[in-house]
Amino acid sequence: MEPGRKRELMKQAMDIRITGLKMVQKAHSGHIGGAFSMSEIMAVLYFDKMNIRPEEPDWEDRDRFVLSKGHCTVALYPTLALRGYFDTSLLDTFRRIDGHLSGHAEMRYVPGVDMSTGSLGQGFSTAVGMAAGAKLGGKDLTVYAVMGDGEIQEGQIWEASMYAGAHGLDNLIAFVDSNKVQLDGTVKEVLDTGDLKAKFESFGFFVQSIDGHDVEAIADAIDRAKAEKGKPAMIIANTVKGKGVSFMEGKSAWHGKTPDEAQFEEAFAQLYKRAAELEG
Amino acid sequence: MAEKVATRHAYGESLAEIGADPRIVALDTDVSTCTMSVLFGEKYPERFFNCGIAEGNMIGMAAGLSTFGYIPFVHAFAMFMAGRGYDQIRNSICYPGLNVKCVGTHAGLSVGEDGATHQCVEDIALMRAIPGMTVICPADAKETAAATKAIAEYKGPVYLRLGRLAVDTVTDVEGYEFKIGKAVELHAGTDVTIIATGLMVIEAVKAVEELAKEGISARLLDMHTIKPLDEEAVLRAAAETGAIVTVEEHNVLGGLGGAVCETVAANTLVPVERIGVKDSFGRSGNALELLKQYHLTAPDIAAAAKKAIARKRG
Repeated sequence: MEPGRKRELMKQAMDIRITGLKMVQKAHSGHIGGAFSMSEIMAVLYFDKMNIRPEEPDWEDRDRFVLSKGHCTVALYPTLALRGYFDTSLLDTFRRIDGHLSGHAEMRYVPGVDMSTGSLGQGFSTAVGMAAGAKLGGKDLTVYAVMGDGEIQEGQIWEASMYAGAHGLDNLIAFVDSNKVQLDGTVKEVLDTGDLKAKFESFGFFVQSIDGHDVEAIADAIDRAKAEKGKPAMIIANTVKGKGVSFMEGKSAWHGKTPDEAQFEEAFAQLYKRAAELEG
Repeated sequence: MAEKVATRHAYGESLAEIGADPRIVALDTDVSTCTMSVLFGEKYPERFFNCGIAEGNMIGMAAGLSTFGYIPFVHAFAMFMAGRGYDQIRNSICYPGLNVKCVGTHAGLSVGEDGATHQCVEDIALMRAIPGMTVICPADAKETAAATKAIAEYKGPVYLRLGRLAVDTVTDVEGYEFKIGKAVELHAGTDVTIIATGLMVIEAVKAVEELAKEGISARLLDMHTIKPLDEEAVLRAAAETGAIVTVEEHNVLGGLGGAVCETVAANTLVPVERIGVKDSFGRSGNALELLKQYHLTAPDIAAAAKKAIARKRG
């Protein structure tokens, strides 16, 4: 990846975090931790890899994206707004009774959202259905999905994986946002999910394990996944929950907690500082 | 009467027929030779997805397929469609309002010998509680064929409840027309109205004949659509006959009886007697013997009708 481009995408990920944090500040609620761990993934998908038309959100040949970890709208909505699907001022209505940006991903009213999600484990099946639908219709497009590493404790993830692997859905590229932390504690403490690479490989996936905060590694992994025919792809993105804000990083407490005033101030300061550095 | 046909068989044939529409796709959970989606699968293998024994994933896949303009029909036994698949149906299909048809076969006690784990008597209650869901339970082969075509044309989520048993055709009456949300009057009457759904309609027909012998004029409504309920027909029955009996192969809580009582209680004052499973699980046994043991037969309906009439206010 060309260094300028790389820097741009890194900056984009910081903008997603900053915009997301503003949204949480305004709403006094929202899931920050898991949104910040997947910000680089969102930047690479929406600002580099996905074949989309923000001005025509229902374009039928577009690549699809399913946020299976549907609570991480603090990453999804800012990404869509920054990409031009809707005005960023709408983000002020997040989680509000008079708005449409519901707490979990909402497809009926939010342009660019390809599937409503929220009940963990369900989104990935819908992505598998989309991949099957694209194949049936002879459409050359890619379906992307992001799951949480706590979410994959849901049995339905493995039903969907079994189907995708058995049917060689190679137009499906999924991520596990492996930030190692879920609501009650670390994944290891709550229910150790073990060797994810071996698990998904045994389900028939082309599996890669990467640094999920390295935009170049994400982009390269997507390219390799597209080149691999006959198998669905799983990218295990090793990430840090709450990435970008020192006091949130790796802490389960920041799964869904709202910062207080001083914490907001400190978090914004850190994010703006990093964004300015990337601006050069 | 012609030979008996199970509603699931009529359904399978009808689905294969409407499968000429390339938007229709079918998904099953390793029970396609029971749900009879196999007839579609044999004809249109490229549009048939056997998802294995995994209801949740099947329902989710259908949601995804529907966003590509397909009209997915998903299949499982009623127990595992409405029961195990409840969260997926609610959140992946109904909440986003996707155009998926959920077909639950082998509903009710008449599953028979397989016993309680497979005898779903809660599916109507579960499905009708979901906002935006349409719930249909046809009485016989003819009505099932008509319902299958109608739900394919209707845009939105639908739960179609089918039975295992072969049943007589009861809707072969003049002027019959299937319309979602519109009850069919199978028999005119003035003393009491029997509102039945699904495989219980045939028992209700027999009850009407028994009552007639005793000089009681019973109206019979075939309530194939439980949601949206034909409130107009219910309230007309209340006003014109003054007493109602509901009949379903389902728990008396939350199903047709519940729906009719809600409508009646909110609008008028007439007695309603509910025939159904009295808040208990089923058990293994011959289907017809089970219907007797659980008081779901014509004599039970006739007795309930008389009780409802006796409760009328002077």
